[in-house]
Order: sequence, then structure tokens, then C-alpha cells
Amino acid sequence: MSSLALRKAAPAAGTTPGTAQGPPLRRRIALVPTVTLLLGAVYTLLPVAWVVIASTKSGHELFSTFTFLPGTGFTGNLKDLDAYRGGIYWEWMGNSALYAGLGAVLSTAVSAFSGYALATYRFRGRETMFNVLLAGVLMPPVILAIPQYLLLAKADLTDSYLSVLLPQILSPYGVYLSRIYAAAAVPADVVEAGRMDGAGEWRIFTRIALPMMIPGMVTVFLFQFVAVWNNFLLPYIMLSDDERFPLTLGLYTLLEQGANTPALYTLVITGAFLAVLPLIALFLVVQRFWSLDLLSGAVKS
Amino acid sequence: MSSSASRRPYGVKGAPYGFLLPAALLFALFFALPIGYAVWLSFRKVHVSGLGLGSGARREVWAGFENYTGAFRDSELLHGALRVLGYGCVVVPVMLGLALLFALMLDTDRVRLAPFTRLAIFLPYAVPGVVAALLWGFLYLPDVSPFYFVLGKLGLPQPDLLDGGPLYLALSNIAVWGGTGFNMIVIYTSLRAVPAEVYEAARLDGATPLQIALRIKIPMVAPSLVLTFFFSIIATLQVFNEPTTLKPLTNSVNTTWSPLMKVYQDAFGRGDIYAAAAEATLIALVTLALSFGFLRAANRRNRQEEAR
Repeated sequence: MSSLALRKAAPAAGTTPGTAQGPPLRRRIALVPTVTLLLGAVYTLLPVAWVVIASTKSGHELFSTFTFLPGTGFTGNLKDLDAYRGGIYWEWMGNSALYAGLGAVLSTAVSAFSGYALATYRFRGRETMFNVLLAGVLMPPVILAIPQYLLLAKADLTDSYLSVLLPQILSPYGVYLSRIYAAAAVPADVVEAGRMDGAGEWRIFTRIALPMMIPGMVTVFLFQFVAVWNNFLLPYIMLSDDERFPLTLGLYTLLEQGANTPALYTLVITGAFLAVLPLIALFLVVQRFWSLDLLSGAVKS
Repeated sequence: MSSSASRRPYGVKGAPYGFLLPAALLFALFFALPIGYAVWLSFRKVHVSGLGLGSGARREVWAGFENYTGAFRDSELLHGALRVLGYGCVVVPVMLGLALLFALMLDTDRVRLAPFTRLAIFLPYAVPGVVAALLWGFLYLPDVSPFYFVLGKLGLPQPDLLDGGPLYLALSNIAVWGGTGFNMIVIYTSLRAVPAEVYEAARLDGATPLQIALRIKIPMVAPSLVLTFFFSIIATLQVFNEPTTLKPLTNSVNTTWSPLMKVYQDAFGRGDIYAAAAEATLIALVTLALSFGFLRAANRRNRQEEAR
């Protein structure tokens, strides 16, 4: 694997020729870091490039032409995908958008309330509550999902939109990020000034604190949107009616059927290509006004 | 920080609890209750009387530690754990090594195309694990893979990537591909938080970029390395999506390849939720023990370093 070779090459990074030989060469570009990063980008973009090209191939071309040669079947593939089970693919995409969009909005709201409370108030049990919420990160999802399924089954809620939506609203990482952002973005004296003016706690939060927390909350929203959009295990356990499937689960069932019928391969590939488009587009759009660094809890950028 | 809550009129005192109410409710309903239920189930079993026909013939009874002893004796679970251990030994060092390498390279002066490469390396984060496994799965298939095409043209042997030892590498590669970017961002963020004067002083002393990277940058970002290591270990223990997605493409991934797949299989394939609950509880305990052991070790080291 080229990635392994890359790691070995790392120590060589320091011996960039320019640095040892004095000023004239110093202005040159740093060759080793640039090349290393470009190789990294080639590695990460390779499967994406492959799926883009493979989705343009007809079933026949997929097995007969060189893999990185574009084919002629893209519109045909789209038509096949559209025709498959009466266009169920678009339902899956709509479901994914619903789970991820609504789920992330609710999750961001809950995270904002909790993070604000944990950052600006001093009250009994604060650290305990924070630690207990964080411990949720450590729980393997399947360990939660199976009893969640059994309990929701008792409430007759499995195989419903709610069964996928509800368990994903509370995000321990979202609460953690919100606490950091609220502590950094909302000065205590501003909150205090609001109280002096006679504003209630809820009003202080919605009118003063929340607008200050917006950049952080965009991050929590994106994080949770991606987490729900990418989730496979929970819908895999909760759902059986494929009209409620999200994309990940739909594609998986398509692959499961397609494994024995290579005719379905082109459908899976085209479906996979369309499934990565929305999130890539989302990140390309938001990165104009939003920094990736925020994702790791950086408050100064 | 508000100076003192006790001086405040009523309303302020209760406010934090009000703000935390939704989270607390959701935590109780979707975290605490299911965990408690799983633990309870792990001590139960179904008792079948007679031929097991008719109502009342199947009763849930107390099982003691029976499910746990069963889980310990289960060779499938053990093999799954060993497989995941081997998988983790590849994924975690390679992924974090690459993440650190890329973060250090991004933090170099005069590096070109950094915004583009940073976004490109981060991109797999936005690709669902199932889709990532599916894309790589196709790239591993001899019929459609460009690698096999090239190997074939060169007349080189074509290994079966979906079997035996290479299967571990194939699965590890999917996790490395998906996880490197996010970890790179975490490490890079903490690199940028280091004040520039720190490097300036070292540079004036004649330190090479390599020395600065090894002696100053890496120790400076040690806390974020600890954090990423910690989360990578937890994610590795929980591997489920990638092997499940590759399963239709190869016979070498069985339904109990990883411990979590085994839990799923026991709960829904075999319908023995009691055994599954016991296994799930065991995995949770191992995760917690590892987490706390690791955090304690990390804290102790930090304290030692502060003392020096």
C-alpha cells in the first residue's frame, strides 16, 4: 500500500534541501510536505474518482473497459435507478434527508440548551451531569441499539420514522462542543448585564447568548447531520419496511441482492455516487464561511 | 461565570435544570434505560417446560451468570475479539501516523495547495461507512478493479484481497481511509494553537524543521494525540459497518466476524436476546475498563511531566 510507504518517508521531510542551504532557496515551495499531502489527496480521492467514472458506465462497459475510462451509460444508469422498484431510491434519499435534517436540528437545540447551562451557570451536580452525558460516547452503539429496539418494540414504535429519529437526538459530543463554544463565546458579564436589565433567563438565552453561539452551533449541526446521514446500524436494527430506509441501508440491501446478479452492480455504483454527492456539496458550500477546525472544538481560528 | 447562584432571586436557580431537562430526559430514555434493560436481560433466560407448546410453556426465569459463562466459553466471540485485535493493531497506528504526518506537513511553511489537500484528505469523513466499504469493496473485486487491471498488464501475481491475511489489510484500509482526515483536523487544530514564538526561538537556535517537528511540535500536540488514540481504540472495538458491507462480496467475512456482529447475530439471527445482552454487557465493560485505564495512565504521565 502506498500509504505505508508514505509513513516511512516521513522523517525525510526535515531534510528539505532549501532549509540547509541558506536564504536563496528558502523562498521556494516546501517540496516534501507538498508532495506528501498531494499523495494523501490522491489516496483519498481515488475511490471517489472511481465511483464518478464507474457510474458513467453501462453494465457491459463496467466489466470490459479500463476502470478509469469514462463510459457512455450515465443517463441509462440514472433511468435504471429511477425505475428500480418504482423509484424507491429517491425515497431513501428523502428519508436520509429527513432523518439527518430534522435529527440534526433537534440535536443542535438540545446541545445548545445543555452546553449553555453547563457553561454559564454554577449549580449543584453540574460536573456530574456533564460527565454522565459524556460517558454516553463510550457506549458501543449496538449495545444501546438492541435494548432500544426491544424497548421501542414494547411501545409499538419499531419500524417507524420515530424509532430512527428519537435515539439520535441526544449527542454527547454535541453537548461537549456546545459547552466549549458557550464558555468561549458568551461572556459572563453580558449575561449579568441582561439580568440587571431585568431580562428573564430564557430571554437572555434566546436574545443574547444564542446569537453569540451561532458559529459553534453550525458545527454541532454539521457534525450531527453527518453522523445521522452516515448511520447504518440503528436503521439496520430498527427498520424492516424498506420505504422508511435511509440511503445507507437501502444501498446495503441493493448490494446484498446485487452480489449474485452483476446486473445490479451498476445500480449500486450509481446509487453510491449519488449518495456521496449531497454531503460533499454541503462541505464545499459551508467551508467558505466555516472552518474545519471548529469540528475539533477550536474556539479561536 | 456567575459569581454566586445563591444570591440570585428564584428563577435563576432553577434555570440550568430547565435547560438541561431535554438532555436529561433523552439520556434517561435512550441511554440509561436501555443499558439497564440490557444488563437485566443478561441475567435472564427462557425456561421451556415440557415440549414448549402452548402458552405458559416458555417462561423467562433468572439465569444468574449462566449467560456470562456461556459468553466466555463461546469460541466464536473469542475469535471475533482476536480478529478485531489484529485489525486494530493495523488501523490505529497507520491511521494516526498518517493523520499526524499530514497535520505536520500542513503546518509547514511554504507548503502549496494546503487548503485543497486538507479538504481532500478530510473528504472521506463525509462518506458513509457503508458507502466507503462499498466503494473499496468494488476496488478489491478483480473484475472491476483498476489495481488488478494494472497488475494483470504487468504480469504480476494478483492476490485475493478479500480472503485470509489481505482481508485484514483490505478492511483496515477502509477504516484508515475514512478516519485519517478527521484525526488530521484534530491534530492540526492543536498544532496551530501553539504560539509561533516557540518555533521562532528554536529556529534561531538552528533547529531543522525535522527537529522542530520531533522535539517541539509532537510533544506540544501530545494531548490531542492521546485523545485521538483513545477514540480510535473505541471505534475499532465497535467495528461493524465495514465487514457487514463486505459480507455480500466475499465468503471470508462470516456473520460473526467482529464481536458486535456476533451480538447482532445472536440477538436477531438466533433470537437469543439473553446471550446477546450478556455479550453486549461484556463488550461495554471491556470498553469502559480500557477507557478508564487509559485515561488514568494518560493523567499520571501528564502529572509526572508537570512535576519535572
